[in-house]
Order: sequence, then structure tokens, then C-alpha cells
Amino acid sequence: MSIKTSLGLASALAIAAASASFAQSPSGTVTIATVNNGDMIRMQGLTADFNAKYPDITLEWVTLEENVLRQRVTQDVATNGGQFDVMTIGTYEVPIWGANGWLVSLDDLPAEWNADDLLPAIRDGLTVDGSLYAAPFYGESSMVMYRTDLMEAAGLDMPDAPTWDFIREAAAAMTEGDVYGICLRGKAGWGENMAFLTAMSNSFGARWFDMDWNAQFDSPEWAETLTFYNDLMTNYGPPGAATNGFNENLTLFQQGRCGMWIDATVAASFVTNPNDSTVADSVGFALAPDNGLGRRGNWLWAWSLAVPAGSQSTEAAKAFIAWATSSDYTALVAENEGWANVPPGTRTSLYENADYLAAAPFAEMTLQSINSADPTSPSIQDVPYTGVQFVAIPEFAGIATEVGQEFANMLAGQQTVEQALANAQALTTDAMEAAGY
Amino acid sequence: MSTKASRNAARLMLAPAVILLLGWMLVPLTMTVLFSFQRYLPMRGGFQGWVGFENYASFVTSSAFWPSVVTTLVIVGSVLVITVVLGVVLAILLDQPMWGQGIVRILVIAPFFVMPTVSALVWKNMFMDPVNGLFSHLSRFFGAEPVLWLSEASMPSIILIVSWQWLPFATLILLTAIQSLDSEQQEAAEMDGAGPFSRFFFITLPHLSRAITIVILIQTIFLLAIFAEIFVTTQGAFGTRTLTYLIYQRVLESQNVGLGSAGGVYAIILANIVALFLMRIVGKNLDR
Amino acid sequence: MARTVTTTRKSVNTALAWAIGLLIFFPILWTVLTSFKTEAQAVSDPPVWLFFDWTLDNYRTVLDRSDYARFLWNSIFIAGGSTVLGLLIAVPAAWSMAFVPSHRTKDILLWMLSTKMLPAVGVIYPIYLIFIKMGLLDTRTGLVVILMLINLPIIIWMLYTYFKEIPGEILEAARMDGAGLRNEITYVLLPMALPGIASTALLNLILAWNEAFWTLNLTAANAAPLTAFIASYSSPEGLFYAKLSAASTMAIAPILILGWFSQKQLVRGLTFGAVK
Repeated sequence: MSIKTSLGLASALAIAAASASFAQSPSGTVTIATVNNGDMIRMQGLTADFNAKYPDITLEWVTLEENVLRQRVTQDVATNGGQFDVMTIGTYEVPIWGANGWLVSLDDLPAEWNADDLLPAIRDGLTVDGSLYAAPFYGESSMVMYRTDLMEAAGLDMPDAPTWDFIREAAAAMTEGDVYGICLRGKAGWGENMAFLTAMSNSFGARWFDMDWNAQFDSPEWAETLTFYNDLMTNYGPPGAATNGFNENLTLFQQGRCGMWIDATVAASFVTNPNDSTVADSVGFALAPDNGLGRRGNWLWAWSLAVPAGSQSTEAAKAFIAWATSSDYTALVAENEGWANVPPGTRTSLYENADYLAAAPFAEMTLQSINSADPTSPSIQDVPYTGVQFVAIPEFAGIATEVGQEFANMLAGQQTVEQALANAQALTTDAMEAAGY
Repeated sequence: MSTKASRNAARLMLAPAVILLLGWMLVPLTMTVLFSFQRYLPMRGGFQGWVGFENYASFVTSSAFWPSVVTTLVIVGSVLVITVVLGVVLAILLDQPMWGQGIVRILVIAPFFVMPTVSALVWKNMFMDPVNGLFSHLSRFFGAEPVLWLSEASMPSIILIVSWQWLPFATLILLTAIQSLDSEQQEAAEMDGAGPFSRFFFITLPHLSRAITIVILIQTIFLLAIFAEIFVTTQGAFGTRTLTYLIYQRVLESQNVGLGSAGGVYAIILANIVALFLMRIVGKNLDR
Repeated sequence: MARTVTTTRKSVNTALAWAIGLLIFFPILWTVLTSFKTEAQAVSDPPVWLFFDWTLDNYRTVLDRSDYARFLWNSIFIAGGSTVLGLLIAVPAAWSMAFVPSHRTKDILLWMLSTKMLPAVGVIYPIYLIFIKMGLLDTRTGLVVILMLINLPIIIWMLYTYFKEIPGEILEAARMDGAGLRNEITYVLLPMALPGIASTALLNLILAWNEAFWTLNLTAANAAPLTAFIASYSSPEGLFYAKLSAASTMAIAPILILGWFSQKQLVRGLTFGAVK
């Protein structure tokens, strides 16, 4: 017997022993619908580890662009189509789908998965009536990312907790040549410009609806929010900002075209990665701005994995979710790609890990941002809804996308702030009426 | 030649196609019409009762309706004009003697093979992107401010992308038609002293009329349904929301199936009005 | 008398035609070029045209990340299957309308075309629900049927216009000689109409290959064709032009090459009865 075969035999035995140690090792095919972002693609590359632990489970990946993914999974879950066993969804969908009975509860994940380790803000967002319906893969808030070199050149000093007025001042000072002082989302979509603007409006004291579900775009707070945003972007933003979403702004920032960028905390690891970013060594972080009203303009989001009720391989799907969202997976990524690249924002233990804190200069700011977001009380005014950068009702995605288009039209200079707000008010009122409020 | 037996055989052979298309039309259409009279919100548990014509009323009274009809017609109309005019010019050019005709023809028809999603992605990112697109590089090279294609010139951008895709189709059909043009007639006219313009208007264009109507008919059918180009580029923002896209927003983004279905019925009506209009023109030509 | 053309005129034609041809082809050429660049070169300003470090890394990355072979096979199966099935149904129907016309033939033809006007987004719910009931979601069979139905009106019409150009007397002569209907179609009609059938098949292949609404919405992992493959490269984080270009090239290359090889056929055949 050659060395090679004996080694092969030994490892086969080891795997057999390992799989025998699971009481009933789940089996079957798990079809995973996921978004085409860096962390998810990295996970696909690491599935060999999962396959070694669960040789009887086959993973099938359906990787789609975010908009296509949303449309596909929503369609499938609403019709109970059963095409997917694991769906990648966010904190907006989970409360609605969970309440509709469309998701399988994840309360029975193994004890070593340790649900108590999840960050409370994130865990709360994925819990409906005391049951956890999705496991967070990565969590994010939003914060200010800025160029320390340009800030210095402008003779300014970014505070840890800036105000909007300071942001405007800094944007003016940093705009020069082909560097734009500030990059913000302008692309229409409830998860694009409306996520940013809704969170921003909170810091201006605005709200989407009053306690009787009347749209509030005719309020002075919204006018103030939108005027500030429009002036800021028109004067100091990049050209074509009305079509820039997260990805476009990330590219701009990595190319050194943005002085500041207020966006998802997960972007921090991309803009500080020297392989992709030309400005990796001169990026600083600060909390999202405020106006001294008691709310900051940061949001709370977690891309999470959930099992739809129509799945035929619930147990295998749960096994996969437990693997993908465990601290062991985090360690696996750290081993292969370095600590700075692990999926952030889900577990307390990560923010107590010295290796991570050393590798990720943005860790503390991320944690602070996540902890400071309060989905249950997003505005200083009373609201009948939960959600920081969204309103957790089924109609929101459709309404906010159309409102987002009005605001994008405004940013492109095709209508004024007043027209945009009037249109937004009218269409929101119509849609809420159609939905029976 | 139609004996009774062959008529029966003919019916039998036509039957599968007719039955399939009838099913394809009736089953989804019936369901759509049924949905359109319901409050049907999958996110709120599905069927919520019958509402009569309420969905139809709210669909047309929404401020987005008429603009979307206009947008649809503008896109379809502009693309038709561009592809037919440029198609005729290109077809005439390609019919002239030249070196490497085969290769040029290959270059010209290539866009027809590109899937709409790919062409929309390529145009949006690699050409029209205001910072990294080739167009913006070019304008900066000439010292001009880059054009913000997809936000400030959104309709021309969409029309450009769609025209690029359909120009080859128009050119192909028109080229085939031109090649069948009797060259002796052309030469006779030339001998008689007719200039190139009068030859074009009195000989070539009448000869092409049938081909042009066919191009218009087929393209209209496809253009009324364009979706991918808008989904990928503007997502209906900046005044590019067509009726198809509006229905998509109602059905899939807002998950209001009743309302969207009513929109679907309107779209079918609009398509049939356009079709009827076209058939009037084409119908005459079809029988000739 | 043959037309004589001066060399000058021919040169002008040639220059003009090549210029326009290259202009139209440029977006595709640029995509292919970009697919061999690094991500940084793909967005560099001024743009790099030919002199860059040609790399296959993007293709490697794409092949590594996606099971291209499976997407490709699904595209071939779905486009091919719907074409074959469509022809099997369309040839008899077109024969019947072309050679045994009734006073309703034209109405039927126009009605068939009008079924193409059904907006896909409006009927996605009904179709999805039917597909769930019949277990057709994410199956190649389901897509073959749907794409066949979508394109059937066009290919019936296209075949009908060909068949009409075939003189009925020839078929009649065959019948006089005692050929049955089946033989009449198989041995007389089909050989004569072969160019037309071939270009009809080609057109159907192209349309089915490029269909991006149903193929994306009715598939998940098993039956997803190249349109779904593209959807996973459309706008990920960071720089992606080069990878997108590589994926785009891989998605359009098969049908583009097929189209080029058969372009003579397509040019000759794509008439829809426009030529008399």
C-alpha cells in the first residue's frame, strides 16, 4: 500500500468518524440564494470546510445582484415556491416574513452556536415574538469614512462625533480638482438613497409617518433634510451622483476621488485594503453626523440567512446556517484571508478579540455605530413603526423606491426640493391608501 | 388545390399551434383579469376580497400612469425612426461594391446577438459612467465636462442603447430587400438622367416600403416589452419609467398583485391599439 | 450590362462602410479588450487601447467562481430545445396556412402575433403559480415550453412567408404523383424551404438565448442559463469592469460565433416575406 492511499484511507476514516459523531447527520441538497458581495463570494470559496464536516450535504449557490436577488426571493417566498432552502435577506424582510409565518424559527440551532453572543441590537432586529428567524452573516451601521491626508491638508480635524455643519464645512474645504468633498448615495432605491436619506432624516428630527400613518414629507424637517442633502451634493459631490449607489461610491473612494463618504461600516475593510484601495493608509473613521437633536444619521442592517417555510431540507439548511454564522467560520476566514476580512458586526466576541482589534482600525467605530442605532425609536418624534432606515411594513420597499426616484430626479437637477417632496407626499399617501391604512 | 381532405388535414396541422397559443393567452390572461378585480397582497396574506374596478381606477389615476404611457410611446417611436432611417442608409451602403463586404456585414449585425442585459450593463458601466466610462474619458480629453448620460440625458441614453441593439435587425431585413431590387431598372433610370436622390425616392424607397412595414411591426412587438435595459440602467428613474416598468413596480416591488394585474390589462389594451394601428398598415402590405 | 464602378468610388464606399461597421461593433470590441485587462487598467484615464499587460486572470476568476459549463449547457439546452419544439409545431401550422388558406387565415396569423403582446411582468404571478403547481420551477423543460410559446408566433409567421413563396404547383405535382401529405411535406416542401427553416431556427435560437426575464425569474440553481450567470457579475463591490467584461464575453461568445458563421444564411433568410 502506497503512502498516498494509506493517507487517503486514514482521512476517509477520520471523516467517517467525524460524521458519525453527529447524532443524525443531515443530508440533502441546500440551495442558497445569495447576494454577489465580497463576503458572500468569499464564503463560496470556503465551502470545502463545510463539505468536510457534512459530506452528505450538497450546496448549490444562486448568486445574484442585489436587486435581482430581492425580487427572486420575495416572489418565491410569497408564493411558497420552495426553490430555495436558504435565503439571504435583511433586517427589513425578517420581521415581516417572520410574522407571516414564512420563515422557519432558528431557536433550535445547536448550543455551541451561542445565540447569546450576538450583538443585542442585531439580534433584536431578527427576532419576532421572541423567536429568532434569521442568523446574521454580517451586520452594519453607517459612519463617516474620510481621508486623513486631505483633512489635514484642509487644516481641519475630524471629531469622533461630527455635526452636519462640520461635514459641510469639511466638504467645502476638501473639494478640489478631481477630488469631491463628499460622496453620498444618490441612486434611487429603498436600499440605496432612501436608506441613507431616511437615516439622515432621523438626525434632522423628521419621520416617515405620524401615529395615524399619515405621510410626513410635507413637514419642515423633511424639507430641511433634503435641502441640506441637495446643496451638499450639488456643490461638493461627484458628477452623476444621482446614479451612484454603494458600489459606485466605493469605487470612487478607492480611487481617491472622495474626501468623505458616509456609508455602510462594512465598507471600512474594503477602503483600508491595500490590494483594492489606492488610499488604504489614509482613511479615518467617525460616527455618522448629527444635528444635536439626539439622533445620529446612522442605520442598522444585517445581511442574514434564513430558511423559508417551503424548504424541503430544513435540517440541512440549518446546519449550513449554523456553520456560516458561527465564530468558527469567522476564525476560518481569519486564517485564510486575515482578520481584517472577517464578516463584521454580528458577535460580541469578535469585538473582544485582540487579533481582530489589532487588524481592524475601524472595529471600535463600527461597534459604537451599531450600538447607537435604535430601530424601536428611530425618530425623536413618536412613530408607529420600527426600523431606522426603513419602515418595517410590507409596502415600504415599493413606496420608498418610488420616493427615491423622485429624490434622484431632484439630485439630477430635474426638479426642485419642493417638487420632489410634494410628489413624494402624494405618491406615499396614494400607496398607503391603496394598502388600506 | 384545397380539396376537402386537404382542408381537414390542414386544420389538424394548424390545431396544435392554435391550441397552445390559445392556452398560453387565455390561462394567464384569465388569471390576470381575475387578480385585477381582487385586493391581492401576497405580503398581507394574499387574497383580501373582491374590489370591482377599484384597481383599474387607482392604476390610471396614479400620477405615474400617463407619463409612463408617453415614455413608452416615445421610446418605441424614437427607436423605430432611428433604426429605420439608419437601417435604410446602412443597407444602401452595404449593397455598394466594396472590399471586405462580408466582414463589414458581420461587424454591423453583431449587436443583435448580444443579450439585452449584457448590452445594458456594458453601456451603463463602461461607456456612460460619468467618472469611469469611456465617454467621460473622451469628453475630459477634449476638455469638456462629462455628460451625465443616465441621469441628465436618460431618455436619449436608453434610446441609444435600444437602437444599437435593433439597428442590425432592421439593416438585415432592409438589406435583403435592397438586394432584390432590379438593378436594370436602376440603371435605366440612371440613363434617363435621374439623379441619386430621385432614384432613391422614386425607385428604392417604394421598393423598400414593404420591408419597412415589417421591420416596424416586428420591432414594435419587441420594443413595447423592453425591460432589461431599464432595469439595469435607471430602474425607471429620471423619467424612463415605461408602462411595463410601472407594472413591474406594482407587482414585484410593491407586491400589489391586484393593482399590477389591472396595469397588465391596460398594457394589453395599449399593445392591441398599437397593433391594430399597425395591422391596418401592414395588413394591406401582407396580402400584396 | 454589368454595373461598372470606379476604384475611387469603391474606395470611398469601403472606407465609409468600415468606419461605420467598426463604430457599431466598437462596444463589443471594447468589452472583449477590457476582459483581458486588470481592474485598474479597465478604468484608467486616459484609456488603454491595445498596449497593456494582457491577462487571463479575469477569466480564471470567473471560471473559479461560477460553474460556467452548467450555465452554458442550460442555455444551449433551453435555446436549442425551444427551437426544435417550436419548429415541430410551427412547420405544420405554417404549411397549413400557406397552402390551404381559408378566409380566416390572415386573422389567425394576426391573432397569433397579438399573443406576443402579453406583457411578461403582468403575468409573472399566474405563470409562477402554475409552474409551482406543475413542478416546473427551475426545470429546463419549463423554460423550453415558455420560450417556445413566446417565440412561436414569430416563427410561424416567418415560415408562413417562406412557404408562400414556394409555388403551390410543385406540391400539387407531387400529390399527382401519389405522394401522401407526409411525403409531400418531408420530400418536397422541406428541402425547398430549408434555407428559410434554417434562418427561422437561427432567429429563434438568438431570441431564446437572449431572453432575460423568464429565464431569470423561473430558475434557481438547476436550470439557470447564462442570463442568470450575468446577473451575478452585474454590480458587485469595488472595481468590476474587467470581470464583468470577461463574464459578458463568455455569455455572448457562443451565440455571436454561431451568428457569424451563419450570417450569410441569416442575411438571405431574414425577409419575413419582405422580398417578392
